[in-house]
Amino acid sequence: MTDAKSQPHTVEADMLATFGPPGFAHKFLVIGLGLVVAWALVAYVHQLRIGLSATAMSDYFSWGVYIVNFVFFIGISMAGSLISAMLRLSNAHWRHPISRLAEAITVFSLLVAGPMIIIDMGRPDRFLHVLRYGRLQSPILWDVLSLTSYLAGSFLYLYVPMIPDLAILRDAPGLSPWRKKLYRTLAMRWTGTADQHRHLDRAVSVMAIVILPVAVSIHTVTAWLFGMTLRPGWHSTIIGPDFVIGALYSGVAAVITAIVLFRYFLRLQALIPVDHLRKLARLMLVFGLAYAYFVINEHVGAAYTGEGAERPLLEKMISGHYAIQFWAMIFIGLVVPLLMLVTPMGRTIAGIAVAAVFVNVGMWIKRYIIVIPTLASPFMPAREGAHLAYVPTWVEWSITAGGFAAFLLMFILFSKVFPIISIWEVDQTKWPRPGETLADPGAAAGVLA
Amino acid sequence: MPTAVDAARQGVPGRRWIMVIDLAKCDGCGACIRACGKMHFIPPDRQWIKVLRMQDSEKTSPYFFPQPCYHCDNPPCTKVCPVDATYKRSDGVVLIDNERCIGCRFCMAACPYGARSFNWGPPQNPPEAVAKGYSPEHGFPRRIGTVEKCDFCPDMAEMGMLPSCVSGCPMGAMYYGDENEDAVTNSQGETQRLSKLLLDRSGYRQMEELGTKPRVYYLPPKNRMYAPPTPLAKD
Repeated sequence: MTDAKSQPHTVEADMLATFGPPGFAHKFLVIGLGLVVAWALVAYVHQLRIGLSATAMSDYFSWGVYIVNFVFFIGISMAGSLISAMLRLSNAHWRHPISRLAEAITVFSLLVAGPMIIIDMGRPDRFLHVLRYGRLQSPILWDVLSLTSYLAGSFLYLYVPMIPDLAILRDAPGLSPWRKKLYRTLAMRWTGTADQHRHLDRAVSVMAIVILPVAVSIHTVTAWLFGMTLRPGWHSTIIGPDFVIGALYSGVAAVITAIVLFRYFLRLQALIPVDHLRKLARLMLVFGLAYAYFVINEHVGAAYTGEGAERPLLEKMISGHYAIQFWAMIFIGLVVPLLMLVTPMGRTIAGIAVAAVFVNVGMWIKRYIIVIPTLASPFMPAREGAHLAYVPTWVEWSITAGGFAAFLLMFILFSKVFPIISIWEVDQTKWPRPGETLADPGAAAGVLA
Repeated sequence: MPTAVDAARQGVPGRRWIMVIDLAKCDGCGACIRACGKMHFIPPDRQWIKVLRMQDSEKTSPYFFPQPCYHCDNPPCTKVCPVDATYKRSDGVVLIDNERCIGCRFCMAACPYGARSFNWGPPQNPPEAVAKGYSPEHGFPRRIGTVEKCDFCPDMAEMGMLPSCVSGCPMGAMYYGDENEDAVTNSQGETQRLSKLLLDRSGYRQMEELGTKPRVYYLPPKNRMYAPPTPLAKD
């Protein structure tokens, strides 16, 4: 909270600066990511032509990395609700400069997660059958309903609190005509009257309360896709809350990663002080410890009792075929980042950033460990002796890379068109609410101080 | 206009198809697999009925274990289907409509018995299969990106004939019939009272503890007339 005071500037100017002509690194990144996405499309067209035989999936491993990616991106979508809703409800004013970033993570991760399911379908041409013949008894319908509500809610949550910013940009001088037109349309005649502010506040408060149960529901029903089957490792009472805690953990890690990148590339060091990252790192530590507790609970029963179906699955993970992935998840996803966060390293930006990247990688591996080893441990084999390993093909890896590239690309393009930091919420000295003096201690203390 | 596919959603009135497999008579020859494969044009990469080698514990004897779809009365597969493409009929049979299946493979994840196969690539449909036309009651011609499995041959049963696996078993190890009639018949023309057979021979269902209520019963491999299979190598 120190560096901001020494450099006087306005948030508006900083945000306008991010709209400037793209630099070399920016162009390079956009073109590179675009190529990865294009390659993934080539891979998908190939898959459409020869069916899912383009993947390494089989009657044994009937789900693969597409489902892993789906669960991973659903997981990080928790970011938005965590920052915007939970921190809003707990009146944590330090959330202001990062809430838009977090909400964008939610929208973009859902926009990647949804298509992953369609890519996994044997008959994507029959997607509308889900509406035409949909059965509410199926957990897939629960997921479709939950995901669409969450996406709609998160989109509103990204857009509505941005309206005052869009009005600021509409009135800012020197922007190109297409921007002016875009901002004018989207600002919906916002002039910042007391009435408008009251409506906005109300809408945002209601959304904060509504979005939380929806967020819990999406992580829970995603867990229930697995939990509602009779498979060892999936059919467990802990899997719902396990996914919720895992989502909080990977969600906050995604927010930290995004903040560090944007802070560096868009030179937002003054707007997002280190202190904010430390607060987020503390949240990550708490969620990480909670998640470690869940992981222990997940396995300790099977290890202790040696129960028929669960024990061979556990052995595959601890010392068998999946030992590398399992221990990679434990160390990269939990042990190393949590140890880093409790040492002095965990108070530096570099330390926090590395820990967050570790958590992201570890949580992807965790999703893999949730999906694949259970499929390798059926009660009865789909085919005797068909104890084949699942090794994803180039098509599956290409589409996975494409998903990550699309996520980053949406982010970069978004930040070129919209302010990635909320101008009016952060700079309340310049954009005070009508009828409000700066007596509000939260606004004064928590934001630019 | 109701098509053959729609009609296949109705069970045969008054019937409850059921199967009994006598493990003491199964010598693992695989004739059931071949008969089923021929009738349903099954590609070599999958089997609607399998013959597994089972061994319940280290010191107990291994035995052959023919395993079709169990057509469970509490089917975990039909519950999870998002589009009602796989469904349970009044005559006990669980079928798949491959004109509706969206290929999500949730049913495959849900089936604890590994009974389901998927058309991962474009299927090879022989001309005879295409000529016969599609019905969920026989499961061909196949379609890419859809699930398939043993259909319990309800079209044969309605005509008073045994499923191809049952009639193809040279040992007479498999019995098929109507639970309501309390009678099952094998390939030797031997008809048994279902209730008496299950009572006398200690009939059981595979993994009763899962609560799926299979419609396929097993008779334990007691007093066998053939050598047991070689035990499976431990994974």
